Amino acid sequence: MIDFAPAPGAAPARTMLAAQIRMELRLLLRNGEQVGLTLIIPLLLEFFFNLPVLYSLDAPRRIDFVVPSVLALAVMSASFTGLAIGTGFERKYAVLKRLGATALSRPVLLAGKTGAVLVLQVLQAALICGFGLVLGWHPSGDGLWAVLLIVLGTATFGGLGLLLAGTVRAEITLAAANLIWLVLLFAGGIAIPLTRYPAAAADLLRCLPSAALSDGLHQVLQHGGGFPLRAVLTLLVWAGVALPAAARWFRWE
Amino acid sequence: MPAPAVEITGLVKRYGARVAVDGISFSLARGQLLALLGTNGAGKTTTIEICEGFRSADAGQVRVLGLNPASDGAKLRPRVGVMLQGGVGGYTGARTQELLQLFASYAAHPLDAGELLELVGLSDAASSQVKRLSGGQQQRLSLAMALIGRPELLFLDEPTTGMDPQARRVTWELIRRLRADGVSVVLTTHYLAEAEELADNVVVLHAGRVVAEGSPAELTRAHSAGQVRFNARPGLPIADLQAALPAGAKVSEPAAGNYLISAEVTPKLLAAATSWCAARDVLAERLNVEQRSLEDVFLALTTDEPADQPTSSKQDPGKQSPAGELTMNRPSARR
Repeated sequence: MIDFAPAPGAAPARTMLAAQIRMELRLLLRNGEQVGLTLIIPLLLEFFFNLPVLYSLDAPRRIDFVVPSVLALAVMSASFTGLAIGTGFERKYAVLKRLGATALSRPVLLAGKTGAVLVLQVLQAALICGFGLVLGWHPSGDGLWAVLLIVLGTATFGGLGLLLAGTVRAEITLAAANLIWLVLLFAGGIAIPLTRYPAAAADLLRCLPSAALSDGLHQVLQHGGGFPLRAVLTLLVWAGVALPAAARWFRWE
Repeated sequence: MPAPAVEITGLVKRYGARVAVDGISFSLARGQLLALLGTNGAGKTTTIEICEGFRSADAGQVRVLGLNPASDGAKLRPRVGVMLQGGVGGYTGARTQELLQLFASYAAHPLDAGELLELVGLSDAASSQVKRLSGGQQQRLSLAMALIGRPELLFLDEPTTGMDPQARRVTWELIRRLRADGVSVVLTTHYLAEAEELADNVVVLHAGRVVAEGSPAELTRAHSAGQVRFNARPGLPIADLQAALPAGAKVSEPAAGNYLISAEVTPKLLAAATSWCAARDVLAERLNVEQRSLEDVFLALTTDEPADQPTSSKQDPGKQSPAGELTMNRPSARR
């Protein structure tokens, strides 16, 4: 016989966070659309961008340009587009409203989503790098810097995605997230090297978070460069704006 | 003494030009069950969502467990269980057991998810996706999610909507147990029987105002222009009978030998009427007591137009409700 005598109280934040990450991951991997967007499309793009029939990438070995680009793209897909659309519809269907009536705090909810995306990205990176090696990729540089860039990129794009999903209607989020994804893909140094733009435009575009992430990853993995200072600073600025803004303006319903 | 579970004073909420809640006040003592009763648009959900911290009040004071839900939400939420109107909320792609387990992980001393699922009759659906559950099953899961953290106060917004009568009975039983174990409960409902069965106190809302308040018994009594009918030999001195009855009772003989006493039906009234008859050796046949159910009271209170009077009824419509212009003498639909 269950005793309902009140014994209220909140669990420790890390218990909630772990449970939240597990749930988010489970749902991500159960959702075919998400799996397609975050795991399958990047691999297809990796394959097609590597075909020499396309435009020139200004790189002696296409695959060495393609792998860092696709890594950047995958980060953007999972932590921006995927997260924004998923969260937007959760908001629409009162999932977040219901969670907002529990002891789960807003920062833990957002951290849980970001954490799940990070785990997903480990999986993505493993697949992309593995497939890249099959296609003849020669990684160079310090892998640690690449990891740092990916984590920073996740925080930045995750913050932007949640900001979008938390403030406008789900249908608008859906349209905007896809549109922004496309813009960042082509104007953000991922699909087309920024060196192919006029110098003035390129300087401006370099300030986009996708360009920072992609530039940084190219600098490290393609050119074997050292600490990608400019990219890290750019991402830090974006993350520093996006995350607090998301936490501030995110509406549960 | 701890603060009341809920205390609302002069609450006002507007949506644009529309006033959804128009200066309502009520309170709920710890360990009691309060039913907010009203038609759609009466302001029930708005009121409850202000208590839950989802909406802010435009005027008035709201205290939940002594705290302000608008500003003390983080302190309040772990102590309160919530069942939203219309579906589970929460991840509908998750399985039943997973979702309940997730909610358990938010609480310091949660109930056992498996036991709770069994109690609400969802053991068989434990590994079904939440979105594949029927409406009634989702309601039961939603109730389990509200309970699992062992809250001291529950807000249940239309808890049995979409349930079949059997599930509704089981849920009522469960809600009674919660109250018996010391949980304070606010529930909204369209179902008068639900309020009558469960509530210590009923607050009837209509167009954003409290039109009646009290225990189900008080409400039916206070708003009852009850009737006692009996048959006896024609031509009894009805003025004499009326004088023998408690003040306010009216006696008439609508048809020869058919007598009608219109009054608040109390044991005293019946005793006075029957002893008057006995003293005159009058046998009151077919003695019939018509009391109003909460449903009659509710209909009377929430119908703006005076309802059609049955042609057989001769007495004046009573004018005794707080709304001031509501007819009180609709015959019971039940008897």
